[in-house]
This record gives sequence, structure tokens and C-alpha cells, in this order.
Amino acid sequence: MSEVTMRIWRGDPTGGDFENYTLPANEGEVVLDMVHRIQAGPAPDLACRWNCKAGKCGSCSAEINGMPRLMCMTRMDELPADQPVTVAPMRTFPVIRDLVTDVSFNFEVAKRIPSFAPRPREADGTYRMAQMDVDRGQEFRKCIECFLCQDVCHVIRDHEENKAHYAGPRFLMRAMELESHPLDTRDRRELLRKELGLAMCNITKCCTEVCPEHIKITDNGIIPLKERVVDAAYDPIAWLGRKILRRSRPPVLETETAASPA
Amino acid sequence: MPEIESHDFDVVVIGAGGAGLRAAIEAKGRGLRTALVCKSLLGKAHTVMAEGGAAAALGNVYPEDNWQVHFRDTMRGGKLLNNWRMAELHAKEAPDRINELESWGALFDRTPDGRILQRDFGGHRYARLAHVGDRTGLEMIRTLQQRAVAMDIDVFMECKILRLLTDGSGQMSGAVGYWRATGEPVSFTARAIVLATGGIGRSWKYTTNSWESTGDGDAMAFWAGADLIDMEAVQFHPTGMVWPMSVRGLLVTEGVRGDGGVLRNSEGKRFMFDYIPEMFAAETADTEAEADRWYDDHANNRRPPELLPRDEVARSINAEVKAGRGSPHGGVFLDIATRRSAEYIHRRLPSMYHQFKELAGVDITTEAMEVGPTCHYMMGGVRVEADTAATTVAGLFAAGEVAAGLHGANRLGGNSLSDLIVFGRRAGMGASDYAEGRSGDPSVDPAEIDTVLAEAFAPLGREGADSPYDVQHDLQETMQSLVGIIRTESELVEAIDKIGELRERAGRVSVKGGRAYNPGWNLATDLPSMLTVSLAVAKGALDRRESRGGHTRDDYPKPDPALGKINLVQRLVDGEHTITPEELPTMPAELAVLLEEGH
Ligand SMILES: Cc1cc2nc3c(=O)[nH]c(=O)nc-3n(C[C@H](O)[C@H](O)[C@H](O)COP(=O)(O)OP(=O)(O)OC[C@H]3O[C@@H](n4cnc5c(N)ncnc54)[C@H](O)[C@@H]3O)c2cc1C
Ligand code: SF4
Ligand code: SF4
Ligand code: FES
Repeated sequence: MSEVTMRIWRGDPTGGDFENYTLPANEGEVVLDMVHRIQAGPAPDLACRWNCKAGKCGSCSAEINGMPRLMCMTRMDELPADQPVTVAPMRTFPVIRDLVTDVSFNFEVAKRIPSFAPRPREADGTYRMAQMDVDRGQEFRKCIECFLCQDVCHVIRDHEENKAHYAGPRFLMRAMELESHPLDTRDRRELLRKELGLAMCNITKCCTEVCPEHIKITDNGIIPLKERVVDAAYDPIAWLGRKILRRSRPPVLETETAASPA
Repeated sequence: MPEIESHDFDVVVIGAGGAGLRAAIEAKGRGLRTALVCKSLLGKAHTVMAEGGAAAALGNVYPEDNWQVHFRDTMRGGKLLNNWRMAELHAKEAPDRINELESWGALFDRTPDGRILQRDFGGHRYARLAHVGDRTGLEMIRTLQQRAVAMDIDVFMECKILRLLTDGSGQMSGAVGYWRATGEPVSFTARAIVLATGGIGRSWKYTTNSWESTGDGDAMAFWAGADLIDMEAVQFHPTGMVWPMSVRGLLVTEGVRGDGGVLRNSEGKRFMFDYIPEMFAAETADTEAEADRWYDDHANNRRPPELLPRDEVARSINAEVKAGRGSPHGGVFLDIATRRSAEYIHRRLPSMYHQFKELAGVDITTEAMEVGPTCHYMMGGVRVEADTAATTVAGLFAAGEVAAGLHGANRLGGNSLSDLIVFGRRAGMGASDYAEGRSGDPSVDPAEIDTVLAEAFAPLGREGADSPYDVQHDLQETMQSLVGIIRTESELVEAIDKIGELRERAGRVSVKGGRAYNPGWNLATDLPSMLTVSLAVAKGALDRRESRGGHTRDDYPKPDPALGKINLVQRLVDGEHTITPEELPTMPAELAVLLEEGH
């Protein structure tokens, strides 16, 4: 049976280094399986996060051969077999231990985005929304909060000082999700401009490339958000018009092709 | 031991899945000082993995649907072992709770006239599951999480609770645990506690459950003197992945069958037609033609047998494999590729497509999946009072998968997500009422805390050969082979012996490294609950000498009407683990008639 070598970063906030573990290779395994086998064998204290093992919870983020990825969705047989597989913790966040980082930055940013505030219900007590209108929001709500996009974004990756002024792609997209929610009534434009650093994103699209949910974070999230915020600054009436237009649209019939809001 | 970090709250909710989040939102909304504690990061609880949907008789797709039919389906699916009052509240309140999620930002899939779309699932007479593609759990947890954040609820993430603490009066008063990042202890005093710790599936080898599902809540309640019921009622989901080995057990949503997928054996035959039980014969199609017409016309056709309740389908698959008609890797075939267009499959089942493509190299739009039963859900658990979610310990409440009663002997798909929000809310209300009316401030005994912590820390210094991973591995093998989908007396007796040996070994495990984020040590502290709960399952399974729902006995293959009227109650009495049969609560006549045919 063939063998693989896993080169895994071990350490804590005071420092650390890569350590090699050589194991037999089994068919169909993912990187997380290797970590689990190392835990069950030579290194029971090897720290890593995981929950679902199916790419659904966003816990097992790491940098595999230098790429930000989910350990549970990275198959061993797609990585070069002739060299060790390197697994390191996400670099943008402080290390707690081994592959586990302190991602509390993200939970703090989440608190700064004003929450959803819906318009009143229809007379019959329901909310009517057309599938077409919820599609955009649904794309963003596929986010599993793996924070790989946050990890890769150069605005904060090696710039600790920017974290106070920049929400990062996951949360700019969250703002766009609320902005495009057919029921939401709140205005977050000032905040986005002044405090969440929307202008600091220079559209490199690295975030989109690493998103395991294949969300078009930049094209569908950040760029339209920038347009809205910019033209709101110049033309508040246009912004308002768009919100109202979107909100007052009747329960759309299949045949109707209402003008897209953006 | 030196002073440890401690916190005081009115209500402490342990568990941040759907049930815990909903309970915390309720308590916080009442203005109470509320804490939410979880073993993982916020938003990662098991609920995030739920796929198919949340059942609620909204009547958006079939206007003839209503709470009475939902009640009936739930009771019949549960083989009437359910707590009727829970089933009634659940059926009545689920629609409001779903609508509430929408007003908190959830974006469900829509009907053509703009309302919440509903999909078909096993055991539900009408299309009833509100859903978002096949990632409904993510939508639910994110919506509740965002609501909790907006309400500024105090969240203690990656904090493992080890034990519940009562005061001199016997009231629930607090809890003790540790921070996983540092291994430092932390204690809470609370006027009321809600348990929402989820399931127990981690004790089986092939399971859909995550590392968190170690039954901590069931065990902690039991140690605190609370009653557990129906512990033998474990659900094996019929369709887990069987290959590659590394993903064996991973869930394949019932939505595949709800959306047209069928089960076939190695001869290509739709074998479920051979396994239609008496109880469901009147409502199940007996020809492929009728079954296929049903997808478009529920009124004039009966449902396909692939959509029988899960216990029936799981047993049938098991029987086919045993008869030598299985797939190459020991499952059967689940085929949607020949039945629906690729476009439809992509739209309805995007994450299933993704999961098979990336993990098994199988394209479900062109090939059949290989599937087999996997340990999935715990119907049994902590006994609660239906209206308030109160356990039998004063000041302790429980909701979600850790609580028992709603699902009886078998849970219908989709009834868990709705359970979480209906009874999560009720537990939040119950706990808030209790906290407000509580006599005397809660106090905890520092000596007791010291004992609990000393026990938890012991594996760290210990010399010994056994690793907690070895003990977990052997427990999983034991439960899989001896307390699995089909059970028999001799094997259950053997399992109970083995669990006894494993408990001794667990008391001697040693762990390398320090306390800070040490998964080996974390597992060592999960073992006591895994073993306690496994023992309770085996004991319940031994004493229930019949087959009912998720519990199947080879040596008692039929249901026993007398046993159908009792719960098996397990509790600690003077340190001894007891099990006693107790009568089910009697159902009022006006509900009982709903169960009859024709309703
Ligand atoms: C793959 C999959 C798909 C499913 N699909 C569906 C579906 O489509 N429809 C449906 O209705 N049901 C479905 N279910 C079932 C349903 O998802 C679960 O039963 C439900 O989510 C359980 O929710 P909960 O709130 O009770 O607990 P969980 O979501 O399991 O959360 C438990 C919480 O308790 C915490 N916890 C546990 N122990 C401790 C401790 N000692 N200290 C501190 N915190 C602790 C955990 O950290 C976690 O936050 C599915 C289940 C799985 C596994
Ligand atoms: S596109 Fe913007 S948010 Fe995304 S990585 Fe580049 S700078 Fe960061
Ligand atoms: S947007 Fe994508 S990469 Fe970013 S956190 Fe969400 S799922 Fe992860
Ligand atoms: S473990 Fe959930 S995404 Fe990898």
C-alpha cells in the first residue's frame, strides 16, 4: 500500500513549526481524514476544528499546500502524490493551537451590521416574494462562514491594522444580502462607506476564487454594492426609488419579467 | 482549587442549534439575562447540516393540509408512542414558527404566487416541508443566529459543559465546564437552565452525526436525577452514503426520494413494493405507474413506497442487502438520474450533487447513488412536560433532539426542524417563567465543582496505555454491531457487558499534551456521556421486547399492543440506574379519532 506524508503546522501563539506524519493512503480520503487518523494515532492532541465532514458547516478551514480550503472537501487524490501535503492554519487570524485560529474578528464584525428590518406583512398575513427575487439573496445565504474569503483577502491578510476599518468580503456580501432582501427596509450605506471600508476592496476577486460555496462574492455582491452606495451618495432619489420599486412589486407571476433592481 | 471564572445569569441555555437559539431568543426577549453556551463556534451546530426542510401544515401547496393531518401523520409515523400533547402543539404551532423565521430574514423557496414552497417527504400526507433547496438547516441556523446577534445575547462559544449543579433544595442552579481554547474552567449560576444539546449518534460507527453528538445533555440530565424515556428509539436513516469508506454514513437527504428518486436492488428492481406494511397499505401505491403519477397528482394516487416512514425503508434496505441483492459496496441504488432532468436535479438538490461529485466522484444526474442505513436521530431522551418543556428536575428544561416524546418510536423527516422552533420557544418560555418565579437565589457548591473538574482533568496527568480514541472506537464498533438497526437479546446482553468494560477503560484513559485546545482530552471528557447514553439505549432495547418504529428486535419481530402503551423510564435512584415501564399519557377522544383511517 502506498504512503503519504502530511506536513502539519503544530504550535501556539508563541511559535511553532511543521511536523511530518507518514501514513498509509486509503482510497477516497480527504485531508480531514488524515488529520483524524493522526489524532487517533501519533498525535491525539493535534488541534483542528470540524463538524459536518461534508462541506456544510465551514469549520475545517485551513491552508492546504498554500491554498485556503476546507479540509473535509479536499480529496487526497487531487493533490500531488509525490510530495508531502502541507496543512497550515489560516494566516489572517491569530493562532490558538495547531490548525485552530481565533476567528472572533468575524463574530465582532457581524455584530456591527444593523440587522434585518422587514416591512409589514400583506393583508392575508403572508409575505409574498417571487422566487426570482429571492434568488440573489439565496446565493449569499449559502455562505457557510468558513471565513476562507476573509483569510485570503489581502486588505486584512497581512494588515492587522485594517481590521478595525474593514468588514471583509464575507460581511460586505452580508450587507449586500440585506440590501437586496425583498423585505428589508433599513439603510446601511453610510456605515458601509464610513466604517465597514467598502472602498478598500479593490476587486481582486481572490475571495471568489476560494469560496467553497462558489458564491460570486465580488461580481454579485461587492461590485453591485459599491454601485449602490456610490450612486446613493450622488443620487439618493435613485436609491430610494430602487428600494421602493423592489418592495412594492406585486407577487410576481411566472410570466412577468419585472425590471431587475440592479 | 483556586477561584474559577464564574458567571451569573437568569437563564443559561446549553446548546446553540435550532432549539437552543430559539430558546435563548425567547428568554432574552422577555428581558432576562440570558447566556447561550456551545461546544463549537456559533452557527456550526448540527442543525446547520439539516437538508430537506421543516414540516409545517402551511397549506401553501395543498390547501387541504391542516394541523389535524400533520398531527395524525406524526402520531402514526411514531407508532403511537408519541406524547400526544407534544404532537398536537407541534402540528398547531409549526406554521407560526416558520412564518416567524421569515420575518427574521429567512428566504425560503417560493410558490408561483409568492408564498413559501413546500416539498414532499416520507410519511407526510401532503407536501409540507418548507425548505431552501437542500440546505434548510443552514437557513434556519443562520436566521436564528443573526437574530440572537441582533438581540445581543451573551454567547459562550467552544465552551463544554461537564455537569449540571443543583442546590440544597433540589432546584437546578448552575453548571460547570471548561473553555476549549484554554482548558480553563468556567462555572455558571442560573435561575433556570435549558438543555438543547442535540443527539447521541457519535456512539455508532456509521452515523450522520458530528463529533458533538455525544449525548451530553441526556447524560447530564440523567446524572442530575431527571427521567429519560424511550432510549431504545434510535432512528437509522435509510439513505447514508456507503462509499468511499471515509464518508460512509454521511446523509443523503430524503428529498431525493421526495423529488422522484427511487430505490433499486442489484437486479434493477424497485424493491420497496415488496415491503409495504399492513399499517400503511391503504395509503401506499402498489404499482409503479400509480406511484409515478402521485408526484403530480396526490389527490387521485397513493404515495410511492419509497416514501414510507424511515424505519420501514431502512429495514427493507437491510433485508435486500442481507438477501444478496445489494450494490457493490453493501448498499442499494438510489436512482434519480433516470427519472429527472439534470437541470431539475441541480436546482432541487444542489448540495447532494456537490457532495457526491466531490466526495465520491459520482455524478448523480447520470449515475445512481449507492446508499444504506446510517445512525441518524434520537427519538428518546429527556422526558419533558409538553407545554413548558420542563424536565422532572425543578428548574431544568429541555428542547430539540435531546428531549423525548414528540416523535414517539420514529420521527418523520422534517419534523425535527419544526420541533426545534416550536419547543425551543416553549422551553424559553418555561425557563423564563421559572426563573422569574423561582424561590431563593441559586447557589452552587464549590466542593462539587472541584470534584467534577478534578475528574475531568485526571486523564491529562495519567500514565496508561488506553487513548480516548481507542475507547471511542471500541464503543462505536460495539454499538454498531450489537445495538444497531436489528437487535436481539443475546447481543444486547453482550453489549451491556462490553459497555461496562469500556466504562472501566474510560476511567483509566490517558491523554498527551496540555489543556489548551486538545481534542484528545476533549474526547476523554465526552466519553462519560457517550457511555452513559449507550448503556441506556442498550438497556431500553433489551427491555422493549417488541419491534416498534426505530427499534427492531429479531426475536420479537411484531409490535406488542401492551408495550405500545408504555414508556420505558430510566433514572438514577440512589446512584442506581433503574428502568421502569410507565403508562403513556391518555389521548383525549377528539384527538384519537383523528388517527383513524379516512382522516
Ligand atoms: C445530515 C442531517 C440532515 C438532517 N436533515 C433534517 C431535515 O431536513 N429536517 C429535519 O427536520 N431534521 C433534519 N435533521 C435532524 C435535525 O437536523 C437535528 O435533529 C436537529 O438539528 C437537532 O437540533 P438541536 O437544536 O436539538 O441540536 P444541535 O443542532 O445538534 O445542537 C446541539 C448544540 O448543543 C451544543 N452542546 C452539546 N453538548 C454540549 C455541552 N456538553 N456543552 C456545551 N454545549 C453543548 C452543541 O455545541 C450544539 O451547539 C438532520 C440531521 C442531520 C445529521
Ligand atoms: S475582491 Fe475585495 S474583498 Fe475580495 S479579496 Fe479582493 S479586495 Fe478582498
Ligand atoms: S462567502 Fe464563501 S468563502 Fe466567504 S465565508 Fe462564506 S462560504 Fe466561506
Ligand atoms: S467539517 Fe464542516 S465544512 Fe468541513
